[in-house]
Amino acid sequence: MDFGYIEKVWPLYQKAALLTVKIGLEGVFLAILTGLFCAVVLYEKVPVIRHIVTVYIETSRNTPLLVQLFFIYYGLPKAGIMLSPETCGAAGLAFLGGSYMAEAFRSGLQGVDNIQKESAYSLGLSKAQIMCYVVLLQAVSTSIPAFLANIIFLLKETSVFSAVSLMDLMFTAKDLIGLYYKTTESLTLLVVFYLVILLPVLVAGAIAERRLRYAGFGA
Amino acid sequence: MPDLGLEVLFKGSNMLRLLQGLWAAVEISLVSIVTSFPLGIILGIIMTKENILIKFLTKVYLEFIRIMPQLVLLFIVFFGSTKILGINLPGETSAIIVFVLWGVAEMGDLTRSAILSVPVHQYESSKALGLSKTQSYFYIILPQTLRRLVPLSINLVTRMVKTTSLVLMIGVVEVLKTGQQIIEANRMTSPNAAFGVFLVIFILYFLVCWPASIAARQLEKKWS
Repeated sequence: MDFGYIEKVWPLYQKAALLTVKIGLEGVFLAILTGLFCAVVLYEKVPVIRHIVTVYIETSRNTPLLVQLFFIYYGLPKAGIMLSPETCGAAGLAFLGGSYMAEAFRSGLQGVDNIQKESAYSLGLSKAQIMCYVVLLQAVSTSIPAFLANIIFLLKETSVFSAVSLMDLMFTAKDLIGLYYKTTESLTLLVVFYLVILLPVLVAGAIAERRLRYAGFGA
Repeated sequence: MPDLGLEVLFKGSNMLRLLQGLWAAVEISLVSIVTSFPLGIILGIIMTKENILIKFLTKVYLEFIRIMPQLVLLFIVFFGSTKILGINLPGETSAIIVFVLWGVAEMGDLTRSAILSVPVHQYESSKALGLSKTQSYFYIILPQTLRRLVPLSINLVTRMVKTTSLVLMIGVVEVLKTGQQIIEANRMTSPNAAFGVFLVIFILYFLVCWPASIAARQLEKKWS
């Protein structure tokens, strides 16, 4: 191990890691919104939109992120839609993650007991109120473990961003290997930085799962 | 109607080349699946044993493979093998090594959870009926485990096929690389080829993975 070299490239990795996390979080945030929307549409069986959502979920789950990104980054400009690499990364992640988040929320929604809705209805709450104050809150809290697992999955998927010329961790590592031939050091740093990003989410997931096992609603 | 570059695909043998590229990707996943599934099942059975050392080692292996992005693993094997072991692995071989390591880990975990999901009374009842340990494993536990395992492993197959798109990054000529070559070669005649070619690749991946996802879902519904 050449520690002088590690010290030298450390700031580069740090910058790349921050970019990875930033775009990752943007993508995750958008994915959550997309997922929530899709899950509610499917749960409420909204006509027409329901079918569009189903088509979206099937396409997004059955194609790789890299192919989605290539299409967004290289294909769409030919049809007149130009996106910067960063927007492209976040959009790709949102497109992929939306369907996974939707599945997580949906199983949470299905887990809410019918009696909860009936009680809320008998208390005179409107349909929108029942959804927001009664059903959704419980659904979200039961789907937190699945949700964190999805966040880990999405943050891992950010590793393909280098393909659309984003200077993320993979890009930096590959670049430095090409420049200095310090393969061992570059790869070790790559692993360390991904661990630093992903381990906290993993631990949060384990804690959430343990806590939720005791949190029952209406039981 | 603007030119979307779809005509490139009908020029010469371009479509055939794309399909060959897709086959190269599918081939890598097929070889990895055939190798890793039996090994994964064995690992899963080992993981259910109550031995602290085995539990610790398998846990570390599983969690490391799981938390690292597959692309990082590909880089470690592809670049690391040259530097540390001094051997020059071709991209395909590196990809298969990574997919096998990953497949064994995931399959092991699926098998472990499938075995553990068989209720204890099943073991006890088979013992009470006088079956030997091997008999109860073969006639009682494994059939029930397989039912839970099949849909989950089909899902793993689709995940693997999707992940093969990454081997482009370590220099394997697969469907995306072929697509890029076609786009480059036709830059002058059809500048918009990127749209059509990548759209077709998108659809091709979908056509490979979608039937498998549906099959997995149906089996899950039928057997649960």
